[in-house]
Amino acid sequence: MPAHPSSESHSQLTLSNVTKRFHGRAGLVTAVEDINLQVKEGEFLVLVGPSGCGKSTLLSLLAGLEQVDEGSIKLDGADVVEPGRDRLVMFQQDALFPWLDALENVLFGLRLKPGLTDAERSEAARYYLDLVGLADKERAHPHELSGGMRQRVALARSLAPNPRVLLMDEPFSALDALTRDQLYGDIQKIFTQRKKTIVLVTHNIREAVCLGDRVVLLSPNPGRIRQVFNIDLPRPRRINDPALATLAADITTALSAHLAEPKEGLV
Amino acid sequence: MKTPRALVPVVIGLLILGGWEWFVRSGRVDDVLVPAPTQIGEWFWSALRDGSLASATWVTMRRLMLGFVIGAAIGIPVGALCARSSLARDTIGVLSLGLQTLPSVCWVPVAIIAFGQNEAAVLFVVVMGTVWAVVIAVQESVLSVQPLYLRAAMTMGSRGWHLWVHVIFPAALPGIISGLKQGWAFAWRSLMAAEIFVVILSGFGLGSLLHAGRELLRMDQVVGVMLVVVGVGLLADLIFFSPIERWLRRSRGLER
Ligand SMILES: Nc1ncnc2c1ncn2[C@@H]1O[C@H](COP(=O)(O)OP(=O)(O)OP(=O)(O)O)[C@@H](O)[C@H]1O
Ligand SMILES: [Mg+2]
Repeated sequence: MPAHPSSESHSQLTLSNVTKRFHGRAGLVTAVEDINLQVKEGEFLVLVGPSGCGKSTLLSLLAGLEQVDEGSIKLDGADVVEPGRDRLVMFQQDALFPWLDALENVLFGLRLKPGLTDAERSEAARYYLDLVGLADKERAHPHELSGGMRQRVALARSLAPNPRVLLMDEPFSALDALTRDQLYGDIQKIFTQRKKTIVLVTHNIREAVCLGDRVVLLSPNPGRIRQVFNIDLPRPRRINDPALATLAADITTALSAHLAEPKEGLV
Repeated sequence: MKTPRALVPVVIGLLILGGWEWFVRSGRVDDVLVPAPTQIGEWFWSALRDGSLASATWVTMRRLMLGFVIGAAIGIPVGALCARSSLARDTIGVLSLGLQTLPSVCWVPVAIIAFGQNEAAVLFVVVMGTVWAVVIAVQESVLSVQPLYLRAAMTMGSRGWHLWVHVIFPAALPGIISGLKQGWAFAWRSLMAAEIFVVILSGFGLGSLLHAGRELLRMDQVVGVMLVVVGVGLLADLIFFSPIERWLRRSRGLER
């Protein structure tokens, strides 16, 4: 394994002119078109935009689960052609395995990570289950958990192997406000302590501003980047911070302005 | 106090047996044609004592289990291969689908001509009964594993063998088990047919015992063996398939 010194500050993920189309039954759908984006090592990038603008598609491309039709995606200069342990995905629908209990689900990724003892794996799995507040549910199977609990297990599962790049598709959407606020804090802590690169999708602009170093606004039909906002607020950020609320309001205004624009106005 | 769930069927069963006994004893029917429960019981007891029932049951069970295990051992990997490669699916898969619709009794004449009246022939019949149903079930259930599970596992670094053992196989297990159950039922039926209609020189099974009963015009023996055959089928379900299916349903929340 080549070493990746954390001092390395050039772009880690580079998307150049990325276009992805799907041959659906209703014909050809351009999910994303001509996306140019660079994600630096240790950056927290948030994708926002209306439903169907290609956010999940972008994550699948970054994960290597789908291949680009045009353009390229590079990770440290090498083309992304297949999924890898360095880029973990937390899917929009919780993809927990129904035949495993919560703890075993979290252990799944850990067991595939070399260089750990069994004791270290169990300890890590329990630590992350505890982090998402489910220490008492480790023996429960997914069907015995509520929707929000399942999503928390999925969150623990994607955090536990400590990947370099974390790709998260609306990870907090099914959670109650209290758990969510607590996890905003935890995820920022993990992000700053472990120097991870995170790409997160959300519909919640406040969440985007609370978490992101940059917020990328996408527009649909086809999915394109409309605007990029740099968020310079100091961390750790609190979701109830007034400065944060003001910024979120600005972005929301921009978003509704873009949505109101006629399609021909696209550049 | 709540009455135990087993009580009602037991009482009803005893009532039916009593009525039957009385009906035959009263002389309304010839007890050569319709043996009374006690007569069947007597045959049962004597067959147990001289060891013929135990040895016949053992011979039959050995054939069934050996054939079933061989059939499953062939069917599971072949089914997986069919799910994996479209070439295999278009050849072996289609062939299996066709042969699965063939009543497995039809293999009996083939087996007798090919192998003679021996153990190999019966085993062949049992394997043929099992294997096609298993191939189809494995192929179908592997193909319908949710892609989301595969995507999730692959991003966590699961590939190849690991993916098969830890994701595809567990996800497809419910379908595979019902395929095995179907294969078992086919194998059981064709084995009985083979044993009843062909004298298998290498061993005297339950089917042969039934056939002997017919030759001797011993209705008590015929009915007695039939009851044993029912018992074996029930037992296989009770101690093997039902617990597995119940465990699968319970651990995945599919219980109604
Ligand atoms: N496998 C597929 N086959 C055909 N079309 C697809 C497929 N996946 C996505 N699409 C289409 O691509 C477009 C973008 O979908 P995507 O799932 O990326 O949207 P999204 O931004 O994640 O939306 P949401 O916020 O609702 O999750 C949609 O028009 C969708 O219909
Ligand atoms: Mg989506």
